[in-house]
Amino acid sequence: MPHIEVRDVSLTYDTPAGRVVGVAGASFDIEPAEFVCLVGPSGCGKSTLLNIIAGFLAPTAGALRIGGRPVTGRGMDRGIVFQDFAQLFPWRTALKNVAFGLEMKGIPKPERERIALEQLRLVKLEKFANAYPHHLSGGMQQRVAIARALAYDPSVLLMDEPFAALDALTRDDMQRLLVEVWQASRKTIVYVTHNVAEAVYLGDRVLVMTPHPGTVKCEVPITLGRPRDPLSVAFIDYQKELLRQLSRTTDPKG
Amino acid sequence: MSALAERTRSLRRYATSLLLAAVVYEGLARSGAFAPALLPPLATVGRALIDGVLDGTLPAHALATLYRVLMGLALAIAIALPLGILMGRYRPIEGFFLPLASALMPIPSLAWVPLFILWFGLGNATAIGIVCYAAIFPMLINAWSGVRAVNPLWLRVANAMGAGERTLFWKVIVPGSLPFLLAGLRQAFLRAWIAVVGAEMLAASDWGLGWVIFDAKEFLKADVMLAALTVIGLIGFAFERLVFGALERLTVERWGMLRTGKG
Repeated sequence: MPHIEVRDVSLTYDTPAGRVVGVAGASFDIEPAEFVCLVGPSGCGKSTLLNIIAGFLAPTAGALRIGGRPVTGRGMDRGIVFQDFAQLFPWRTALKNVAFGLEMKGIPKPERERIALEQLRLVKLEKFANAYPHHLSGGMQQRVAIARALAYDPSVLLMDEPFAALDALTRDDMQRLLVEVWQASRKTIVYVTHNVAEAVYLGDRVLVMTPHPGTVKCEVPITLGRPRDPLSVAFIDYQKELLRQLSRTTDPKG
Repeated sequence: MSALAERTRSLRRYATSLLLAAVVYEGLARSGAFAPALLPPLATVGRALIDGVLDGTLPAHALATLYRVLMGLALAIAIALPLGILMGRYRPIEGFFLPLASALMPIPSLAWVPLFILWFGLGNATAIGIVCYAAIFPMLINAWSGVRAVNPLWLRVANAMGAGERTLFWKVIVPGSLPFLLAGLRQAFLRAWIAVVGAEMLAASDWGLGWVIFDAKEFLKADVMLAALTVIGLIGFAFERLVFGALERLTVERWGMLRTGKG
């Protein structure tokens, strides 16, 4: 049974300028512990789709099931990481940030601090447990955000361009680290990006989205072994393939 | 180390400007252009200050004034803090109270004194009422703005991690709007401190620094008036720098939520 089932999901907004279609009839399945990337140009509805899966937005049509159960709103079976570094609570140390979800679950303090520290170790930040976010670099803050989203043990991790605001070198490190974390935790990951190389590096499968209206145009399974070599011919062929799919989608043909 | 150096430097800067002002004043007082009874030299003011402190009257007056300020301020916070937060969070509450606040805010608190005297009589109740009136709006407006300035991402993330409305309030909205809440508290205290002196001049009987000034005028005791003014300034300064400064350093500044000016 697939972990996440998306069936003909659509979302239309009513704006002062009239009705806008954000997502139109998106359908796909995601298997347990699978790493799926959603790739598309800005405005294609990929973030909207992620927010629907997160339960922040309700689709206007279609059905969405996680673990066989229909999604009706937010839930602790999903963790989410955004692009913005400001997602951490500045008044909490790294450790307290990571412990927030556990606090919500009512887990006693010693226990949740132990788990939070373990999660920080997973993202190699245990030395910074007592640092406040503003003393951490952007990459470190995003790692805390990942640890925080994993700490309360959701089965799905949703990521909305988490590394897009980082410099290229840090981003490479973070991608490597994320793959390690994913392999260690076996979460199902849905990862939104507009960066083709990132999608090829991370994903088991890449879903290509088209704008106006936003829907999933095709999917490309990435059958490369891990760790992946971004300079290998096969890797670059995948990038070309994705770029070809994307450029075809953005062609302004009637 | 550098923080300490910074502290001594700002201390020296304060001392310099105060000293300069004192020298200018002393020069004017000794120039003979004004009657010494109206512009007493600093030594006379200092003696009045020391006498007042030693015989216990000035501290007692200061305590009476502080009591009124703190009571009025507490009352203002008790009303404005929850109301401002609710206004920032719920549209209908904002829609009802904002016009009301906008209409009342421009009225100087001292303009209410005669009416308050009719309602509450002379004494503490009126002074506390005036202080509360003066302090309530800065607190209210800052709490209201603070809640609206809370990063929506924090709410979204907290929501995703299962925070209910109550937790959201205490663990996200209150700390998230703390820079504004502290700024509001600071302004509210300042307004309260300004208002209390005026209220005491008009409505207090026998105790309070404002009353001391008003009473000294009857006897042409400029030195006592200046001594009382000094105490008013010192207490206000102490609260501003020590209490609120420390509160900010321990919270929002430590969390990097304030953009502190460099250099």
